[in-house]
Amino acid sequence: MDDNIKDLDQTSGRDHVRRVFNAMLTARVLENKLGSLYKAGKIVGGVYLGKGQEAVSASMASCLVKGKDVYAPLIRDQAGRTAFGEELIDCTRTYLGSVKGPMRGRDGNIHRGRPAEGMLAMISHLGAAIPVVAGMLLAKRLKGELDGAVGATCVGDGCTSTGAFHEGLNTAAVEKLPLVLTVANNQYAYSTPNDRQFACADLVDKAIGYGVRGHSVDGTDMLACIQVMQQATARARAGEGPQLVVASMLRLTGHGEHDDGSYVDAALRSSELGRDSIEVGIKQLVEGGFASVEEVEQWQDDAAKRVQEAVAIAQKEDGPNPYKDDWMAYSNAEMQMQR
Amino acid sequence: MSDVTYIDAIHAALDESMGQDPSVFLYGQDIGKFGGAFKATKGLQEKYPGRVLDAPISEDAMAGMAIGAAIEGARPVLEMQFADFSSVAFNQIVNQAATHYYRTGVPVPLTMRLPSGGTPGSGPFHSQSMESIYAHYPGLVVVTPATVSDAYSMLLDSIELNDPVIYCEHKFLYRWLKSKDLSGDRLPIGQARITRPGKHATVVTYSAMVHEAVRAAEMLQKDGGWEIEVVDLRSVKPLDTDTIIASVARTGRLLALGEAFPWGGVTAEVVSRVCADGFHLLDAPPVRLNAKDTPIPYHPKLWSSHRPTPESIAEELRKLLAY
Repeated sequence: MDDNIKDLDQTSGRDHVRRVFNAMLTARVLENKLGSLYKAGKIVGGVYLGKGQEAVSASMASCLVKGKDVYAPLIRDQAGRTAFGEELIDCTRTYLGSVKGPMRGRDGNIHRGRPAEGMLAMISHLGAAIPVVAGMLLAKRLKGELDGAVGATCVGDGCTSTGAFHEGLNTAAVEKLPLVLTVANNQYAYSTPNDRQFACADLVDKAIGYGVRGHSVDGTDMLACIQVMQQATARARAGEGPQLVVASMLRLTGHGEHDDGSYVDAALRSSELGRDSIEVGIKQLVEGGFASVEEVEQWQDDAAKRVQEAVAIAQKEDGPNPYKDDWMAYSNAEMQMQR
Repeated sequence: MSDVTYIDAIHAALDESMGQDPSVFLYGQDIGKFGGAFKATKGLQEKYPGRVLDAPISEDAMAGMAIGAAIEGARPVLEMQFADFSSVAFNQIVNQAATHYYRTGVPVPLTMRLPSGGTPGSGPFHSQSMESIYAHYPGLVVVTPATVSDAYSMLLDSIELNDPVIYCEHKFLYRWLKSKDLSGDRLPIGQARITRPGKHATVVTYSAMVHEAVRAAEMLQKDGGWEIEVVDLRSVKPLDTDTIIASVARTGRLLALGEAFPWGGVTAEVVSRVCADGFHLLDAPPVRLNAKDTPIPYHPKLWSSHRPTPESIAEELRKLLAY
């Protein structure tokens, strides 16, 4: 992998790297704020953070083109959402219950999206987005719009145990769809460690069973993540079918903000897996000449300002009004029963 | 023109929808060259290349694929080989398809065909009626055509509708039910039909049980001159409460009849709505008749007693009329 990193084109890749890191940093700043708001009792519902997974999340979404590609973020993809182009205000409005958010109070926190813009709104059932992304790609194929497009979604290690994962990846492989499926192996599914989740030596070994290409990457290594995601998305776009990317790291937070993650093995915390991809990223930016320390500090200040603005706006807005909601579960009003 | 069967009507509607709208495509197991387990898609892959796709045995992924395609603007018609197998796809249907419009404002125009209901010898896993399960979930439309013309027009309407439709087609009717052509009154989804007018009691039913109810009504006509009104719900969600209440207002007596299991479900919903909205119209306690509360048996002798029959329906009606 080290040899490959040296190949990363510093001139064409420079903007890409800076963009990825900016999304990672923005997500971290935003999530720190969300954590504070949760502890202050300002959030409606739970808060689920992506700390530790910013590099893999942002690098995957940074390879997507909004308006052309499909993106299905999951629970720990704030960095990816930002990299894909989701506005911060969509996040703060949804977490704070503003009726002006994309879900209008009908769904919350990470269950938000703008499907008309190619970004799905996740349901809680793990793996469920895999065939849906594949179906969106299938429709693009039927419409003759698939050429060069790609669909991407990120799941966790726990999701690999679901039937949805198996059926979805197998079906996408049968149709040879340009799906990039990233498994963020953060070592725990809620509190369940890998050794109670699967028995294979390495999750990437599953790729061969599905007849898809597998990629492994250190999920704490920003530059490695960018490179692998560039390769995986390029291969998918080129018609090589689904790509399975397995990125390893440690979840640097609880499952949600209600959970202190005290069950996480101390040895894992102090291992290479426990590195913070943001800290690694800063080092890589500076050492690789992608950005200076001063620039990073400036970006952090900018992010804090933008987060503060997005929170302030959403906090002032009204929540949904049950007397004004249309309570329509059907687009065709004739189908809606009133009781 | 030779007679058209219920399955011919389904085939004709699929053909017509595909011919008219290039965004319609079919997805399901064995539906391509093979033409489907019941031949509903026979010849369509040749006629519409690239738009009739064989799926792996992955009902969950099939439903997910159809949902994704629908979100992206296509109009998938998903064939479950048997309604029973849609249980594997339950999560995608009730959590993804059903909630999507309410959550995001983006509709999911998919149609899922469920070959439903019992036939002799089909057993516990190829005989189920799933309409009540799906009707329970907001966001899903559930239709249950009982006639050849409804099988045709309601499938056309289902595919045109922008919301997810669970189209429950009864396997027992596939080849047994015939009509001289596909024409009919073309009532919209959500409107019930008075299949047989009457004045002494109302049978509210749907799908294949409409025909069993008519047979029972004929028996009672001969045996006592009773005039039994049969209401065909056509769609169980939405449910045409107005037509039901109007019928009960005429007859004062209600039998809610279905082929599904007895706990809850469409017949319970019908009785509950009549009791709530039309209690004053009733001259007798409303009655429900469903299948027995056991898995659906394999042997024809058991199966034919598991579901309501013209005889068991007539017996319930006699008790209702004697009250």
